[in-house]
Amino acid sequence: MATSEVKVLGSWPSPYAMRPRIALNIKSVDYEYIDEKLWEGKSQLLLQSNPVHKKIPVLIHGDRKPICESLIIVQYINETWSAGPSILPSDPYERAVARFWAAYLDDKWFPAVKSVGIAKGDEEKKAAIAQVEEGLALMEGAFGDCSKGKGFFGGDEIGYLDIAFGSFLGWLRVTEKFNGMKLLDEGKTPALVRWADRFCSHGSVKDVMPDTDKLAEFGKMVIAKIRAAGAAAERH
Amino acid sequence: MEGAVVLLDFWPSMFGMRTRIALAEKGIKYEYREEDLRNKSDLLLQMNPVHKKIPVLIHNGKPVCESLIQVQYIDEVWNDRAPLLPSDPYKRAIARFWADFVDKKIYDLGSKVWKTKGEEQETAKKEFIESLKLLEGELGDKAYFGGENLGFVDVALIPFYSWFYAYEKCGNFSIEAECPKLIAWAKRCMQKESVAKSLPDKEKVYEFVLHLKKVYGIE
Repeated sequence: MATSEVKVLGSWPSPYAMRPRIALNIKSVDYEYIDEKLWEGKSQLLLQSNPVHKKIPVLIHGDRKPICESLIIVQYINETWSAGPSILPSDPYERAVARFWAAYLDDKWFPAVKSVGIAKGDEEKKAAIAQVEEGLALMEGAFGDCSKGKGFFGGDEIGYLDIAFGSFLGWLRVTEKFNGMKLLDEGKTPALVRWADRFCSHGSVKDVMPDTDKLAEFGKMVIAKIRAAGAAAERH
Repeated sequence: MEGAVVLLDFWPSMFGMRTRIALAEKGIKYEYREEDLRNKSDLLLQMNPVHKKIPVLIHNGKPVCESLIQVQYIDEVWNDRAPLLPSDPYKRAIARFWADFVDKKIYDLGSKVWKTKGEEQETAKKEFIESLKLLEGELGDKAYFGGENLGFVDVALIPFYSWFYAYEKCGNFSIEAECPKLIAWAKRCMQKESVAKSLPDKEKVYEFVLHLKKVYGIE
């Protein structure tokens, strides 16, 4: 299959953009990766490919209309290249559980991680950190339920929930670094600590996981911009 | 496949309505339990400890939470009749995209329409109609988003139709005037028994919204 048959529009610091790439790697599907430097503006290709949300990631498969929303893309990849290892569990109940936790991470947990970075003052920061830790405790429990004694949420192999959660590890580590604290902690979340190492060193993941230091530099720039915008808004 | 099915729900919830419709489409018998959200049952808190929200679908004692996840679960377990998602992966991705769009836009914008006034309300109305127009575009000339029969996007969106009257009264505008094709689609859906018996009466919803406005102190 020609490389240009499958394209992924992404942005290297984006956890969401990692997800389709991991899925394609699991299925051993060649693809062309197009990196968008979103902080410099959105390309014509992006605006044309995702006119509704104007966001990455976008999957372009042959001459079909593009597919948007990272977890929807992951499910499409799983269903289209059905010969490869299955990314979602085969049991409908286990699928529902994986989808539930992925939605929780996207809707509740990662926003809490982000708010640690932009929190104004100690109180706000403490509250955000508490939310992050609460979520990690829940995920430690979920790991026990989903993994059934194996190495990943998906069992023997990386699955949907591993991809959904693992893609946030870069930013979680940056948050730990900026705040001089451990959020994934041997004492409180031992299974997740080991899972995280396993996930990051996995063949389908390691080349698409951004380097933590590089991400931290990028994070500083983003936080500075958000603070400047906030201060400018307050002055008016 | 069979086994006890219980739905913890709240009659005006658009999210609960989705699950009711899916269960009805599949002809599944279930026990409907009305929750008082000011006094949530132990069962609800036990079955959805993370969000403490309805709807909760309990099948053979095990909970499934989040309405669109429930609809997919129902479709996958009772996969021998009335399919809600298409079988083609590309069409499934498109259906999931638009159902997700409904989740991201319609509820919040609709809420803003009845909760706010003045400029804020005008902006909400404008964005609300814009979103409905995008959905109209996706519907095109099809009878339903699912083609010839109700599909995933139809189930995701139609519950909001029961709230349109309340939005119109609060926002002083006509959704039909702006989106006639969508209203035609909605009326077509209401012809289906699974939809008609799952949606509450629009006057009752409006009464409920007026009651909420009082409770929240919204003029």
